[in-house]
Amino acid sequence: MSDTHAQSVAYVRESFVEQQTPPVSETGVVKWLRENLFSSIPYAILTLLSLFVLYQILSGVLPWLLGGNWTASSIRECRELVEGAGGCFAVLTERWNQLLFGFSYPSTEYWRPALAFLLLFVCVAPVLFPDLPSKSLILTLLYPFVAYWLLWGGTIVTPIVGLLGVAAGYVAYRATINRGFALSLLAGVVAAVILWYLGGFVAEELSGVAALMPVESRDMGGFMLNMILGTVCVSLSLPFGILLALGRQSRLPIIKIICITFIEFIRGVPLITLLFVANVVLAYFLPPGTTFDLILRVIIMITMFASAYIAEVIRGGLAALPRGQYEAADSLGLDYAQAMRLIILPQALKISIPGIVNVAVGLFKDTTLVSIISMFDVVGMIRGPILASTDWNGVYWELYGFAALLFFVTCYGISQYSQWLERKLATDHR
Amino acid sequence: MASISEHDTQQDRQGFRPSMLINDTRYRGLTFQFIALMLIILAFAWLGANLMSNLAAAGLDISFGFLDEPAGYDIAFSMIDYTSQSSHLRAAIVGVLNTLLVAFMGCVTATIIGVTAGVLRLSKNWLIARLMSAYVEAFRNVPVLIWILIIGAVVTISGANPRAFLGEEAESNLFLGMFAFTNRGLYAPAVEIGPGALIVLIALIAGIAGAIAWRWYVKHTLFSSGKLLPGWPMWLILLAPPILAYFLFQGAIGLSMPDTMANRFNIQGGTLVGKPLIALWLALSVYTGAFIAENVRAGILSVSKGQTEAAAALGLRPRRVMNLVVLPQALRVIVPPLISQYLNLTKNSSLAIAVGYADITATLGGITLNQTGRAIECILMLMLFYLIISLAISGVMNVYNSTVALKER
Repeated sequence: MSDTHAQSVAYVRESFVEQQTPPVSETGVVKWLRENLFSSIPYAILTLLSLFVLYQILSGVLPWLLGGNWTASSIRECRELVEGAGGCFAVLTERWNQLLFGFSYPSTEYWRPALAFLLLFVCVAPVLFPDLPSKSLILTLLYPFVAYWLLWGGTIVTPIVGLLGVAAGYVAYRATINRGFALSLLAGVVAAVILWYLGGFVAEELSGVAALMPVESRDMGGFMLNMILGTVCVSLSLPFGILLALGRQSRLPIIKIICITFIEFIRGVPLITLLFVANVVLAYFLPPGTTFDLILRVIIMITMFASAYIAEVIRGGLAALPRGQYEAADSLGLDYAQAMRLIILPQALKISIPGIVNVAVGLFKDTTLVSIISMFDVVGMIRGPILASTDWNGVYWELYGFAALLFFVTCYGISQYSQWLERKLATDHR
Repeated sequence: MASISEHDTQQDRQGFRPSMLINDTRYRGLTFQFIALMLIILAFAWLGANLMSNLAAAGLDISFGFLDEPAGYDIAFSMIDYTSQSSHLRAAIVGVLNTLLVAFMGCVTATIIGVTAGVLRLSKNWLIARLMSAYVEAFRNVPVLIWILIIGAVVTISGANPRAFLGEEAESNLFLGMFAFTNRGLYAPAVEIGPGALIVLIALIAGIAGAIAWRWYVKHTLFSSGKLLPGWPMWLILLAPPILAYFLFQGAIGLSMPDTMANRFNIQGGTLVGKPLIALWLALSVYTGAFIAENVRAGILSVSKGQTEAAAALGLRPRRVMNLVVLPQALRVIVPPLISQYLNLTKNSSLAIAVGYADITATLGGITLNQTGRAIECILMLMLFYLIISLAISGVMNVYNSTVALKER
């Protein structure tokens, strides 16, 4: 075969061609540039355009950021010190505590919110990272009581009574669980309430035991207030959201109508109107003489707001479960509470995690709205005491930039975590 | 979801016993509903009683009579005639119109920004894709209130004195000969309506209707006879009637340009769009645009590559692949969240108060409430307004969803 072929071919190369390096346009940086930035004329124009925009932004921001002053004590002193376009970041160093803790939290006690903030990460970790041993969930359970004690101060007996009440409720619930879910839940609640009621007298008697300096709710401010509102309202709204979602999916028409009305009403109005309600209307609906903290009223309204949104997310999760799961639970002879607790909710909640995190991030951002009803969260602090002071009147960019950065770091972190968790929990086959 | 022992014949024969209200799933639902209803009624009765006693103690009542009283405050930007002698009701209507205006303008620009950013974020151009990701992340992760304040501060300090635009040798020229951004706000052309405007409007609507009819006719003949009629007459049908009517009725609709020559101290003519409106509009569009960009990106990614390839294999040209295969499938994913973003934008426009724009929250929920002290009535009306808007929008969304839903099983 090769012989005949050799005769029919006029020329056969007998030596290998020297190996050539690939063309410049097909290797390294040039290839990358050509493929990713200049693959066609419109793309090249777009690239140049965005380079121009980038240059414009950086040439404005970099001198401002790098040439800024961090030590001056007022805007006039700062303007004298910085040459050109530098920023007055001294406002951040000078008002650091106000931005974080508000202006009336006692300055000797700043370690308490700081410690509570650090503990938050330790105690939330068992929830966030499923790999940690489940025993560490006890830390999470303890956290609300510890944080309450640290932030609001007072005797340690109060949070201990609160914890004991929860424990008593749990014991009563376990003891009566065989009598049916509804009855045992009722028993648990009754036990907890009785213990809290009795514990109230004890706490009054022992008000000096391990007491921290008490701090009023209205003294909370700065980014701390955003954190308090965010964490408290998200955690409270989860159980309410689950109940509302179950109610909306329920076969019982009256319960269903109540839940739908509540959810659609809350979702139909802006949060700011609900905050107005907390600010000026809610007091009319409470018994005469009750004085609720504004912060407590705001927590109630934001929790209602968040639970309606979380209910809709969880309803999506419930609807996404295949019908077979419900039917399987029924065919095993589980009653409604058992089926929900053991079969439906674990799966539905898993599907809903990204949505719940979205709601949580949105809610945390929305805590800045309290500045409109003149509470002094970080935005309220900036718009009120800091920008209004003669020392720092007119330092907009540094302050708003700082607030934006705080929220960006937190919210971006949460959404990155949610994406990580989603990948981790993705047990289905793709 | 409890449906066990629905037909427990054993108990049927024994007749009804009170314990069955708790233990029998047939009656337990009724018990729970009864308890829930009672609790709700009790709660409302308790709240109502508290309200009555609190109002009586404060010497107040619930009445909407205050709406007829003169408002006594000025509103900087109003689309209807309004003076401080107008009633509170009229102030509220001004607020409603301002809310609707900024919401409408915001929805239009947010859609444009969002679609552009969403498409560009999927671009193969590395730099532009990164820039768009940075934009989306920066705006999604920072509260809208902070963005409104930042953009409000930018808008407040920017803009030249109107004098810079005046006279023969002006320092600045009008943008496109129409727009002047000054420290008082944006001077823009105003629409002037003369006699015959109605006919021009009717001609415009007729043109749109005719164009839609032509498209339907082209599709109909294509499907029934296989003959593809040309598409360009659609543009003729669309544009000819309004242009004809416009020239037939001279001066029916005209633009009044900002005039920089008439006066030595200020720009005359045109209309002045105030800074609060510009700040709020920009902030809401850019903020919501970031969310819309994510929806658009998700929608485009949701159409699998196989669909595009299959369409190409059938011999469709790229434009038809986009129009007939990709877009209809992507839109089904994009439109519902898009509409809820519109709803969010409308609700976020209630933050107008932060930049001093007189929307419904600032007039009815702000100044009127503070002046009259009618907190319950004002907030009730405020909530009703937003509720009506959201119910209307979600009604539209449900209709759309049911028309595009996949017809399965």
